[in-house]
Amino acid sequence: MDVEILARLQFAFTIAFHYIYPPLSIGLGVVMVTMEGLYLKTKNPLYEKMTKFWVKVFALTFAIGVATGIVMEFEFGTNWASYSRYVGDVFGSALAAEGIFAFFLESGFLAILVFGWDKVKPPMHFFATLMVSLGAMFSAVWIVVANSWMQTPAGFHIVGEGLNARAEITDFWELVFNPSSVDRLLHVVSGAWLAGAFLVISVAAYYLIKKRHLEFSKSSIKIALVIVCFASLFQLFTGHQSAVGINKNQPAKLAAMEAVFDDQKNAPLYLFGWVNEENQEVNFGIAIPGMLSYLIGGTQEQNVTGLNSIPEDERPPVNIVFQSYHLMVAIGFALIGISLLGIFFWWRGTLFEKKWMLWIFVFSVLGPQIANQVGWITAEVGRQPWIVYGILKTSEGISKAVESGQVLFSLIMFTIIYLFLFILFIYLLNGKIKHGPEDLDKLSSEYEHQKSLFKKA
Amino acid sequence: MEITFDLNTIWFLLIGALLSGYAILDGFDLGVGMLHLFVKDDKERRIMINSIGPVWDGNEVWLVTGGGALFAAFPDVYATVFSGFYNAIILLLFMLIFRAVAIEFRSKRQMKWWRQMWDVAFNVASFLIALLMGIALANIITGIPIGPEKEFAGKFLSLINPYTVMVGITTVALFMMHGAIYGVMKTEGELQTRLRGWVNNSIIFFVICYVTATMATLIYYPHMVENFRAAPVLFLVALLNMLAIANIPREISRGKELKAFFSSAASIAALLLIFAIGIFPNIVYSNPNSEYSLTIYNAASSDKTLNIMLIIALIGIPFVFAYTITIYWIFRGKVKIDEMSY
Repeated sequence: MDVEILARLQFAFTIAFHYIYPPLSIGLGVVMVTMEGLYLKTKNPLYEKMTKFWVKVFALTFAIGVATGIVMEFEFGTNWASYSRYVGDVFGSALAAEGIFAFFLESGFLAILVFGWDKVKPPMHFFATLMVSLGAMFSAVWIVVANSWMQTPAGFHIVGEGLNARAEITDFWELVFNPSSVDRLLHVVSGAWLAGAFLVISVAAYYLIKKRHLEFSKSSIKIALVIVCFASLFQLFTGHQSAVGINKNQPAKLAAMEAVFDDQKNAPLYLFGWVNEENQEVNFGIAIPGMLSYLIGGTQEQNVTGLNSIPEDERPPVNIVFQSYHLMVAIGFALIGISLLGIFFWWRGTLFEKKWMLWIFVFSVLGPQIANQVGWITAEVGRQPWIVYGILKTSEGISKAVESGQVLFSLIMFTIIYLFLFILFIYLLNGKIKHGPEDLDKLSSEYEHQKSLFKKA
Repeated sequence: MEITFDLNTIWFLLIGALLSGYAILDGFDLGVGMLHLFVKDDKERRIMINSIGPVWDGNEVWLVTGGGALFAAFPDVYATVFSGFYNAIILLLFMLIFRAVAIEFRSKRQMKWWRQMWDVAFNVASFLIALLMGIALANIITGIPIGPEKEFAGKFLSLINPYTVMVGITTVALFMMHGAIYGVMKTEGELQTRLRGWVNNSIIFFVICYVTATMATLIYYPHMVENFRAAPVLFLVALLNMLAIANIPREISRGKELKAFFSSAASIAALLLIFAIGIFPNIVYSNPNSEYSLTIYNAASSDKTLNIMLIIALIGIPFVFAYTITIYWIFRGKVKIDEMSY
């Protein structure tokens, strides 16, 4: 296999694996801030117990997120050196900003969050939790800004020619607020909230089914349900905004997402289907006529650009983009359904008696994880064959000094190590869940015990 | 030598400062990682690990930010070095992964084999990270073959030779010494007494390595001293470095561990400053064909970007110092094991 395919496979694999963890950190961050905030306000020790339990899970996801995240930062240089030379002036600034504004904040206050319970006063601890959560979101800001620049480049000009050509910044704020960054950032962050909050719902529902930690679990589910209800509905809005933006800025991607081959008004919106790229048709599909045009332009008369109007060597693969996009949308709607149903039963006061609903909750944790992954596949594969849309092809971005054997070997090693990590992560997470939150009596007696020791000393 | 403090020079120094910050901070936790396997029992290992527990990932952020800043300020250096040193960087990444998960996973289970496995992983990873960093720096001293298109034109195995391995071992010794001093600061009783002995041994080990590596540099890579010859006042840095090293055993014997730690930190900073003066204004020296060297000018981003980044850095740095000082202040004193510990 050639270097380009291998380098792409390696990037896809390492980023997909990495992206299991940051959304959990961002989402759990919001959950922890809510729980600890409630604790500060009400002084109800139940909230303290909840916060402490989720902090432990957070620490686990954070560690793997950091370890797999450094890989991503270095991989631009190892596998995509030509890309790095070309865009470093623009893209590098966003990465450096992420380091200085987000990572220091996050990792610094993480120390207090995890180890500082007895070292600082409760308000200071809450402040640390808040800062960790903010840091995780700042990190999303800069990464999504960097990626959005690759989707809809702005605020730069090309200097030099041939091998010496490269992109240089002309306007930093135009780069930061490029046409897709705000919509995509909101979409990514609320996707992360869903990932974290549905993990909480899933674990708490499992406890309820097993009739353990009842008070803890009911309260956890209520807090997380409020978050997912807001986030899943917000996804509908940000998703729509993103699609309108894609139509304007990346017509080839939108055409692939809905398998539009010829320019057309009254373009249909598929619910599902299987794209035959050879014959340019959608098999086994069900579609709402005119809906795509309506959603994009507010009228069925809206013209949608088809793939045939785009030069053949600038078209992305269609079926994979179509499938991943439709899977994301389907899961998105399912999550809205689960959230609203949950809220409804909560309002009726019957939520915790419905076993089937609790089982849906247990498995709901997979929903946002899969949707986040396929959403990114839509975004990244839909941008192909470009690495920077309309500016630089992916094939032009690879490292010239690296041979396929090296990439193949590192890809195999990453696969083995990451599989091993994933198994360990599930094993340890399962252990934490089985163990459950620390018993309050034990905790407080331990605390009293230590306090008495201090007094003696 | 003439130094004009233009944007490119400022960024050369800033990235040097980030890497010094990294070497000083992650240096001691790498050192603790190399030593913790050799303490008496599981309880002592836990004390060692928890001495760096709250701070190690913050320390690693200095490397991440340094990498990001290098990408942004000198994209050609980032691209050439990372793709040219491919196998070494990938190995470094694997070790960083193992280290991060080892510290997180080890105390999660009681089984002896489980803890032993992660302790060994943590130890080997800490050692290899230090060694690889030293080898990478040594290759910047010896110079690497670079082609006319700024691409690395050598073979991976040529990066490993007696000189580069020597500098790698020196780095290992330096971090061991630094980690042992930190350990003395954070422990008490019998463990502390033993660590105090290790400080003395590691100082001797480091000084032997350092003198040997310096002699080798003077004999085989005299281009490293040109800037010192041109501006003799710079020799003061080397002098201060020696004084800082000599001060460590003095402070340790007087029981002033914090001062010993600062001396050791100062000597790390001075060593990197000597290195930086030696290579300036090159960042990656091309050997042979020195005209293809990547300098702070031909490998840099545009002035506009360097300016924007400088503003970002000036806004960010006070916060970074504030967090770092706060965290170290809150977690000052001897290590106590509690229910949230590793």
